[in-house]
Amino acid sequence: MSVLPVLLLAVPLIGCLAVLGMRRAAVLVGVLTTGITFAIAVAIAFAVDYTRPGTHLVTDAPWIPPLGIRFHLGVDGVSVPLVVLTALLCFLSMIYVARREGTPERPHSFVSLVLLTEVGMLGTFTALDLLLFFVFFEVVLVPMYALIAGWGGAGRGPAARQFILYTLLGSGVLLVGLLVIYGHTSTLDMVELAGRDGAGMSRAVQVIAFVLVAGGLAVKVPMWPLHTWLPDAHSEAPTVGSVLLAGVLLKMGTYGLVRIAVPVLPEGALAVAPFLGAFGVIGIVYAALACLAQRDLKRLIAFSSVGHMGFVLLGIATLTPAGMNAALFANIAHGLITGLLFFLAGGMAERFGSTDMDRIGGGTLAVTPRLSVLLIIAAVASFGLPGLAGFWGEMLAMLAAFDPAAGLNRPLYLVFMVVAGLGALLTAAYFLVMLRRVVQGTSPRRQGVLDVTPVEYLAWAPLVVLVFVVGLWPGLVLVPTVDAVRFYLGGL
Amino acid sequence: MTAPLVILGTAISAVCAVVLALLEPFETYAVLTPTGTIPITMGLRVDELSSTVAVMVTLVALAIQIYSVGYMRHDVRYPAFAILVALFTLAMLTVVLSADLLVLYVGWEIMGVCSYFLIGHHWEKPSASAAAVKSFLMTRFGDVGFLFGIFVLGGAAGSFRITDVIAAVPAMSPGTLLTGSLLLLAGIIGKSAQFPLHSWLPDAMAGPAPVSALIHAATMVAAGAYVVALLYPVFLAAPLSLDVLAVIAVVSMIGSALAALVTDDLKRVLAYSTISQLSVMFAALAVGGRTQAIAHLLSHAAFKALLFLCAGAVIIAVGSNLMADMGGLRRGMPLSFLTMTVGFAALAGIPPTAGFFSKDAVVAAAEHAPHWFVFGGLLLTVGLTAAYTTRAWLRTFFGSGPDAGEASKIMTIPLTLLASAALLLGFVGLRFEELRPEVLSAVLSLVLAALGALAVFMIWRRDPARDPADALGRARRVFGSAFGTDDLYERTVARGVVRVANEVVRVDDSVVARSVRGTGRGARALGGLLRLTQNGNPQFYVTALLAGVVVIAVGVVVLQ
Repeated sequence: MSVLPVLLLAVPLIGCLAVLGMRRAAVLVGVLTTGITFAIAVAIAFAVDYTRPGTHLVTDAPWIPPLGIRFHLGVDGVSVPLVVLTALLCFLSMIYVARREGTPERPHSFVSLVLLTEVGMLGTFTALDLLLFFVFFEVVLVPMYALIAGWGGAGRGPAARQFILYTLLGSGVLLVGLLVIYGHTSTLDMVELAGRDGAGMSRAVQVIAFVLVAGGLAVKVPMWPLHTWLPDAHSEAPTVGSVLLAGVLLKMGTYGLVRIAVPVLPEGALAVAPFLGAFGVIGIVYAALACLAQRDLKRLIAFSSVGHMGFVLLGIATLTPAGMNAALFANIAHGLITGLLFFLAGGMAERFGSTDMDRIGGGTLAVTPRLSVLLIIAAVASFGLPGLAGFWGEMLAMLAAFDPAAGLNRPLYLVFMVVAGLGALLTAAYFLVMLRRVVQGTSPRRQGVLDVTPVEYLAWAPLVVLVFVVGLWPGLVLVPTVDAVRFYLGGL
Repeated sequence: MTAPLVILGTAISAVCAVVLALLEPFETYAVLTPTGTIPITMGLRVDELSSTVAVMVTLVALAIQIYSVGYMRHDVRYPAFAILVALFTLAMLTVVLSADLLVLYVGWEIMGVCSYFLIGHHWEKPSASAAAVKSFLMTRFGDVGFLFGIFVLGGAAGSFRITDVIAAVPAMSPGTLLTGSLLLLAGIIGKSAQFPLHSWLPDAMAGPAPVSALIHAATMVAAGAYVVALLYPVFLAAPLSLDVLAVIAVVSMIGSALAALVTDDLKRVLAYSTISQLSVMFAALAVGGRTQAIAHLLSHAAFKALLFLCAGAVIIAVGSNLMADMGGLRRGMPLSFLTMTVGFAALAGIPPTAGFFSKDAVVAAAEHAPHWFVFGGLLLTVGLTAAYTTRAWLRTFFGSGPDAGEASKIMTIPLTLLASAALLLGFVGLRFEELRPEVLSAVLSLVLAALGALAVFMIWRRDPARDPADALGRARRVFGSAFGTDDLYERTVARGVVRVANEVVRVDDSVVARSVRGTGRGARALGGLLRLTQNGNPQFYVTALLAGVVVIAVGVVVLQ
């Protein structure tokens, strides 16, 4: 019985309720709450002994006894990096909101919704009961819908509706899949299910359950061709919403695949994995091409997420330890880099009045050099320059595809690898074209546009630093995951 | 503040490189990260090849850093420039000294991005930013293959450490070796700007002259030849890949020499000559002359850095890149004239410069090889090189032209040092058996060089104001466009990708997204249909209820 995971959820939940009655102090309380939550997350990261297999810091109490649903929380090497990332991004978002010029209307509801989102996200990454996982998974949707619909851009209404309806549909499918698992195993305990390696379920059941679970999660990832909610939602959401959507929400899908779908349903995974891989690499190339023709900076970043998640899917689809590590690493890297990119796009929008690349008009290096240099760093990291965070995950995913798990069709995966490699080239192409249109060239007007402010530095610097640290020392993320991942692939 | 720091830093690393060169070969490494499969290690691998090249890299970088202080004096972007040059040097040293292929790849790519930033130094100019993007994407295209080549070799050896990979070569299957070496070649051709991935290099002239010196002499392009020498056992075990390399080298060396013959931009002439000289190194590697290739790599580094820095001095003095705007500069810029003459002589292979010795060693190696076409190609290139070198020399320093003053001292000191290296380095190589000149090849290439130079001189003397290349007539345009390769890429690859991208956005909007929205409309229509039953008419409800009861009753009776 450990108190840390409970605290991790309780603190933002208390904060979420407490700010409802405030006005002025709401943002300050928000910063404090997320700060404390981040401190707890870091404490969890240090409290876990990664060399010991299994879950750590477990809390297990009956919740709905007649149905056998338990309030079962815990962490391991797979979830800790995501927990820390979530807490960090929420904290930085709050700092960003705390700027004088950045405080939204109705700050108390805004902060409350962000904190509720944080509860849901952290819960998703710490839940060890299938139904509890599902509940947290759903908790995230409503406040995020409200954030987009209440504080978003011009097209926020349809974007928010599409977001919630599409993802709810995915959740419905996911729930059916989870119930199929429960129906055949009579347990909702994720640890126990993973330890059984699919015993008690025939191959057909596993395939059906896998298709349902993975299909539901794939909407959230999002996997091509289920991605259409994403560009609209990401580009219409307020800056903080985009950061959390891209930085954390997408990872809930891939985390579910690594944590539930593959270990619980190994035979199903073996049958369906090639499709996941195929959709993943199609997504990489498709998103890159779509980005090449994009005119809006925020939409471009949003579409780039589809490509990056394609690499994550490819890693998972190899069903090898290397592939899973690649997926988890790419998750973290994408959270850091794309979170930063959305922050910077928000900064661009505030200064130049638009995220349309033609309206920004180029030459920002001359007008706001610091902001532009940060954008260059983030873009270069995002296309996977070695030595920065984006590289290792994508490289490892391709390496894993070079040598996929036994039982998978190797020539097919070699094709995936080559397509992914060309997709990485196209990814570099659209980011460089973007930099050429936004950062380079001559600026049409504007002197005296404010460069990066101290508070913005405070919110962005940790991400920039981590992009370098994780890029130069990938072991920081990979050492915890490597041991944990072995356990999940026992059934293969 | 930046200048003393970067110079001091580069000097310290040069001293360290010299120390490494004096030590016995050694290797040291530690695990950088586990991956779930083959772990990635980080470490130093010092042997004769790597330490020698490291010394060359740091010394040339030092000369360039010192020179840049003068060259970039009035440039507000100097600090960023100097730091990127330092990062570039660091990346090249990573390639040279890394013990692990994947860490080598990290350095390999960081070099690519540094060249992107430096070529795009004048980022307000569209031509510069376009050239930067082109250079990065073209080399990265090859690098995709390079990475897969590392996968193939590392996977077969069970380790990414260079020592392990080389040790495992005898146990690898011929197919693995051929695939691995050909994939590596893709990246090497891209980085070293060989045909068909050559066209980024002439455009890369958009960067300042010291950048060109760095890219063309000490780093980047040299990395390609270095990696072949580093992994030479892999290539030797896959002879077909060396044959491919030979063909590429011969095509590139002649094609780029012809392009250099007609180009009017002084830096572009030097750029084409770089492609050609790298092909000479690859030709040596293709015929088994590893030592000769490295010797030429080192002497080329000295004289090409010298040539680019001289060209920078000349360009600053004249204010133009075009040789048409130059001429007669030997009077106003005696020191630049003298040092650049040494550089041109080395490029043309005139004794006693380093270029003569190293190129002659390559020609001699090709003479003993079974491929006659490598030998023939090399001899032809020797003649063409002398021709375009003479043309550039005459048009820059002779005839009539603008008045220009000598460059500042901080620029001429590195020139003098590099010129002495280009003059004397050849004699150092005489310690090695393979590098001593052979009579037949030396005489043959000297005669051809003299013929080429003489031909250009005769044409030039008729009318010093005219470009000797005009004598080529219509062929000039063909050579000048590098046989239209760039135009071809522009028309097929670049436009093709853009067209497909636009198509994808259209499809994404119309088909994929519409089907989603269509689902929404479908649901609403279905709801509308069901709404018809909820019409609020009590008679309808009662009738429906009775009908339902009847249906159930009948059903019960029938099914029993």
